Amino acid sequence: MNTIQVLFFFLSVLAIFSAIMVLVSKNPVHSVLWLITVFFAISGHYILLNAQFLAIVNLIVYAGAIMVLFLFVIMLMNLNADAAPRKNLWMKLAGVISGGCFLMVLISLIRQTVELTGKTVMMKEGNIGLIKNLGKALFTDFVIPFEISSVLFLSAMVGAVVIGKKN
Amino acid sequence: MPIQYYIYFCLALFSIGIIGVLTRKNAIIVFMCVELMLNAVNLLLVAFSKMHHGAALAGNPATTAGIDGQLFVFFIMVVAAAEVSVGLAIIVMMYRNTHSVDINFLNRLKN
Repeated sequence: MNTIQVLFFFLSVLAIFSAIMVLVSKNPVHSVLWLITVFFAISGHYILLNAQFLAIVNLIVYAGAIMVLFLFVIMLMNLNADAAPRKNLWMKLAGVISGGCFLMVLISLIRQTVELTGKTVMMKEGNIGLIKNLGKALFTDFVIPFEISSVLFLSAMVGAVVIGKKN
Repeated sequence: MPIQYYIYFCLALFSIGIIGVLTRKNAIIVFMCVELMLNAVNLLLVAFSKMHHGAALAGNPATTAGIDGQLFVFFIMVVAAAEVSVGLAIIVMMYRNTHSVDINFLNRLKN
């Protein structure tokens, strides 16, 4: 078992444990902090796959901007005052069972797929994840979606201001 | 690393996100679980991109096959950032009207 496999299993276990802790935390602030841990682990996976640009963007956009926005909204609302959830154990059990059924069906599907046997992911090599090649492809083949996404950002900004405005 | 390991890992993260959406009542936690599912899909896209690139690299050493997957992930992140800003504005609006973020209150949305 070499270093890459050790790092892969460590990051996977860290991500899954943190994702479970997002669910079982009572305090929403703790959930946000565990979710930041999940994003760091996923960025570690990107670095293992040599997708360096996506690793940095994941850290900046998700763990930096989006999670700070979540934390800001949670602290704005003062939620932990009315933390009196009524116990509906059957609904929780039904949710866990249906999610587990989804997982079981897809795992058995993947185990039987012949097209995926013997395929390996190239780790820590390959240069398509570098910012030079991604930028070249982004500004030649994908320049129209890139410009459209700026319009999307403008409309999202206007929409957030209009929705959040006190009338 | 076999591709199946990445698929199992991403399926586990995605299922945890589904379980969170189905079981939690807090709208912010539900929204965070949606972000978790998006990230699982992103990681799987990058893994498939590297798988495709590794297979294409044997024939042509200068190929950039598989770069589309990573650009897809970039655009997913762009759309997710826009979605989060609008979604959190909606949650703040809901909190201002009902003084709660319980999603059970959303069944009275029509009045």
